[in-house]
Amino acid sequence: MNEEILLEMKDIHKRFPGVYALNSVDFSLRKGEVHALMGENGAGKSTLIKVLTGVYTKDEGEIRMSGNSEALDIRSPQDAQKYGISTVYQEITLCPNLSVAENIYIGRGSGAVQNWKEMNEGADKILKSLDIPARATQQLGSCSLAVQQMVAIARAVDQECKVLILDEPTSSLDEEEVEKLFGLMRDLKSRGVGIIFVTHFLDQVYEICDRITVLRDGKLVGAYDIANLPRVQLVSKMLGKDMDDLSDIKGSAETYKAESNMPPVYEAEGLQSNAGIKPFNFHVNKGEITGFTGLLGSGRSECVRAIFGADRVIGGKVKKNGKEVTIKNSYQAMKNGIAYLPEDRKRDGIIGDLSIRDNIILALQVMRGFFKPMSKAEAQKFADDYIKLLDIKTPNADKPIGELSGGNQQKCILARWLLMNPEYLILDEPTRGIDIGTKTDIQKLALKLASEGMSITFISSEIEEMLRTCSRMIVMRDRRVVGELSGNELTQNTIMSTIAGGSEK
Amino acid sequence: MKRKLLAMIMTVTMTGALLAGCGSSSSTAETPAASEPAAASEAAPASSEAAPAASEEAAASTETAETAPASGETIKVGIINNDPNESGYRTANDKDLKSFFTAENGYEASFAYSLKNDEQITAAQKFIQDGVDYLLLSAADTAGWDTVLQDAQDAGIHVLLFDRTIDADESLYDASVVSDMAKEGETAVAWLENQKLDEYNIIHLQGVMGSAAQQGRTGALDTKVGENDNWKLVTQQTAEWNAEKAQQIVQSVIDSGEKFNVIYAENDDMAKGAVAALDKANISHGVGKDVIVMGFDCNKWALEELLAQNWNYDGQCNPFQATYLDEAIKTIEAGGTVDPKVIIMEEKGFDASEITQEDVDSYGI
Amino acid sequence: MTNLKKIVGKQIFIPIAALLILILFNLCADPSFFKITLGTNSAGNPVLSGYLVTILDYGSELAILAIGMTLVTAASGGQDISVGATLAIAGSAMLKVLCGGATSASVMQAPVIVALLVGCIAAMLAGAFNGALVAYFRIQPMVATLILYTAGRSIAAWINNNELPIISDSAFTVYGGFIPGIPIPTPFFIAALCVLAAWCLLKFTTIGLYTQAVGINENSARLNGINPEFIKFLSFVILGVCVAVAALIKISRLSTINYSVIAKDIEMDAILAVALGGNALGGGKFNLWASILGAYVIQFLTTTLYKFNVQSDALPAYKAVVVIALVVFSAPTVRAKLTELSKKKSRSVQLAGKEAA
Repeated sequence: MNEEILLEMKDIHKRFPGVYALNSVDFSLRKGEVHALMGENGAGKSTLIKVLTGVYTKDEGEIRMSGNSEALDIRSPQDAQKYGISTVYQEITLCPNLSVAENIYIGRGSGAVQNWKEMNEGADKILKSLDIPARATQQLGSCSLAVQQMVAIARAVDQECKVLILDEPTSSLDEEEVEKLFGLMRDLKSRGVGIIFVTHFLDQVYEICDRITVLRDGKLVGAYDIANLPRVQLVSKMLGKDMDDLSDIKGSAETYKAESNMPPVYEAEGLQSNAGIKPFNFHVNKGEITGFTGLLGSGRSECVRAIFGADRVIGGKVKKNGKEVTIKNSYQAMKNGIAYLPEDRKRDGIIGDLSIRDNIILALQVMRGFFKPMSKAEAQKFADDYIKLLDIKTPNADKPIGELSGGNQQKCILARWLLMNPEYLILDEPTRGIDIGTKTDIQKLALKLASEGMSITFISSEIEEMLRTCSRMIVMRDRRVVGELSGNELTQNTIMSTIAGGSEK
Repeated sequence: MKRKLLAMIMTVTMTGALLAGCGSSSSTAETPAASEPAAASEAAPASSEAAPAASEEAAASTETAETAPASGETIKVGIINNDPNESGYRTANDKDLKSFFTAENGYEASFAYSLKNDEQITAAQKFIQDGVDYLLLSAADTAGWDTVLQDAQDAGIHVLLFDRTIDADESLYDASVVSDMAKEGETAVAWLENQKLDEYNIIHLQGVMGSAAQQGRTGALDTKVGENDNWKLVTQQTAEWNAEKAQQIVQSVIDSGEKFNVIYAENDDMAKGAVAALDKANISHGVGKDVIVMGFDCNKWALEELLAQNWNYDGQCNPFQATYLDEAIKTIEAGGTVDPKVIIMEEKGFDASEITQEDVDSYGI
Repeated sequence: MTNLKKIVGKQIFIPIAALLILILFNLCADPSFFKITLGTNSAGNPVLSGYLVTILDYGSELAILAIGMTLVTAASGGQDISVGATLAIAGSAMLKVLCGGATSASVMQAPVIVALLVGCIAAMLAGAFNGALVAYFRIQPMVATLILYTAGRSIAAWINNNELPIISDSAFTVYGGFIPGIPIPTPFFIAALCVLAAWCLLKFTTIGLYTQAVGINENSARLNGINPEFIKFLSFVILGVCVAVAALIKISRLSTINYSVIAKDIEMDAILAVALGGNALGGGKFNLWASILGAYVIQFLTTTLYKFNVQSDALPAYKAVVVIALVVFSAPTVRAKLTELSKKKSRSVQLAGKEAA
């Protein structure tokens, strides 16, 4: 391997109001290597990349590149481009209605006049040299996603790029397409391009990367050669739990004893949705708190979305209290007593311009039916009750929910589902992005509800929260269920090693 | 997949819009009946006295044709017209041509309809190939006819224009049968003057500004008002051939309390809208009543209003052009030439006190 | 000060302010604008007349259409531009029934209610077509309704074989005129009935909540068991009903129909009414009553312009001024500036008050 340092970022700081996004982060990239940048949500990966590509300007620190004696001064994406730093994003940012050649050359022409013949020939040459199966004159939209992704890379490479950043390029590709992309990456590597690879897929990291840099909470955890970092180590570093000195912090969640004569409240067999998860089996008993765990993007949210009918269910059998039922959409799920607090509160949870009151009563109102609207007095009472019960901080129930803080918004959505009095409550990342106090409140509430007989599924990226609340956990990796842990198995060690999978233990 | 579906739907939409474009000529024609014939503004002195009253002649010649076909040999005519669905005027025009150019009258007629010039030209070329004797043309557009008409002339085919003029050399056609909008206006204003009112306080409802019918019908009234002190325009507004707008304009005058005793509407629809406003405000109108109502185009329903004495006057915009065309063809067949080339049709103005059921039936469109 | 702020902050303030401006303008220009006289019509029945009565009369169709257009706007975040064409279809169908298929009739050949039902079905079908394109095929509302916008009037003409049916039964003029013995124009009562029906719809069903939820956040609405497609579809069908009722008034006014010009450009006025009601044209929260008031304000403007003899083909230009004013005042940047200004003012007022004290 080439040991020559291509790019070096030193002591990078970046602060946003209220958030220290990058705190003295170092990063170095060698010539001709694929370097994985790993970290959970909020670790600072995307901030680091945005600093490097000029979307953000750094507060402190310096960036150096081989061949430049001065430190780089990157203030805009154009600057980054100039230094030979190119980025290919997860979502394709090309124009599907233009030809492949146009996409490669768009926005780079020096004048208004374009020589089409020359352009197409040039594009064909690039495509051929990179072994990309596309023609220059083909419309980009007619290519497969992988090829589109590769065209985006071709565009980057053609701009004499020395550093190529691939931000989750594989998340919408199938296995075969991923292989093709990796082929291209190896080719580029052999030409001396340094590649920064951001992904959530552990297997892919171990297949293609040479080194790994792990970030956590805006700080550098370390940079490692892939050979020296077993998967379990990587997971523990990402989650911030050191494997060796972990003491079991098993919390208050009692080991759940199922009443043997009762069928599970909810049971799924071979459930599958169009969101790309493999078919899975799952059940939850009365008064039990189960959890789905795994790294971000492992498919844990997609599983519960399938249970609630939020994505299109394309297979599997579902039983409710032992009886087979059909749950193809959210309404059917709600009719079967299932409630779902979604992961993305802004996108899927709140109805921003509506009042707190309307947001709280919405689910119950839908359950009651189109011709049975709640009187304003009744709605007001429900709203007031839950504002008090969950301690939602607002002057009144008329305030639009969008104006509340994240934690209070989350409590309103929680109130919405509690008001429905569900048998089975799914909480997908209920504690994300909210203050510590509310986090604890929500965990306590989950435990209390379970003790009263409600079945709960709890998802959190913070393992302690899961350990504290769940009595059984489903472990996911790369969009499939890879294990189920309960009782004594519920320790950080086992969870992390199950998440990591692979041969190492 | 989604994009494909969308593309498909868009195609359907476009097709739908196109179809609509064809069918909905009625929606682009601002009014049925009015404004159709392009005004022959350079109209030659009225040779119309020579031409007998249209429909009487039509009836007469039909009869004669039945007994004795013209010359034993049928005359082949190719008729290119606008879409009959375009307006009530056009429907009446087409009906008239169809019922006249028959085998009984010694004609073998083929018809082609289009609102598009290029399609009309294609049809003309086809008629030339078919070897018609006469090409009768109501052009969709004034331009672009030179070549094809030259071809016709070379093939020895006579060209007669009806209803609309074109921008081509006069030598390329043998005759042109048109309405004179300015004359329509003059006839109407002359009639109004004959009513000998002490004062003329007129609500003038105009058609779409700039159209031939609007210009012709407005011109005569404007001149009169300019010349006489006792002729006043209470309001002069375009209601764009639209009954609803006319109703609102008249309503507004009524609300203002201004006095008026004449409604001069440039088509029947607007007159109807005006009358609706009068009815609502309990202002009497018609023969011997407070307000004189005048319309144009001679829609059948409008003439019935005249017959019921609810309106006072309706000016004709003559769609019955077949007899004029026949006259011209006869002249040419006899070896003569049509002179002058522009034939202005006789157009009547109907007075409510004189109109008969017969008039309604024969002139109503 | 805070009270004033509260009033100004309310959505319905926008149409009220516009109305006040118009009233003030007319008061200054010519107070006779507000004169209402009681007269008798040809049948000897008392009728009110005057500009204000005309506004109540002619603004009514628009108010009815504004109800449907508000729902469509809120649910789909777009507008239906085929309202005028659909109105022609409904009117054509009604006249066909009323004339018993003939081109003219001196007596109604069928009860008005039957004709209205047929018109409703025709307009609801048109609405369902639009709604299906928008909701299920996810075509932008303006584009989807462009189809009927172009084709609708031809369909209307086709229903009556391109004839223009006329009905000369005086009993039919009641819907666009006066009910014998009642001096207020009937359209106003029909509009009032529609408003009542809309009130009931909002009161006795959850359509208000669902529509807003769908308009604001379709994802959330779906995850709360609401079927966003159906709600959008429904809003277009309801607009269809509104169109049919408006069509009845329109054809009753003239006892006939002219496919090419009936209710021409009325969709633009209806959309303007929604905007003038302070509703976001991008969908979401709505205030039906503000839209209805907005409709009458637009008619107020139209009538005012007619009074001052503005050429009727120049009316759109004046409406454009209203649109520009609305757009400017609802622009976030202008709003921010205005709040800043009012804050400054209130501060200076407070200061002045203190100094005075």
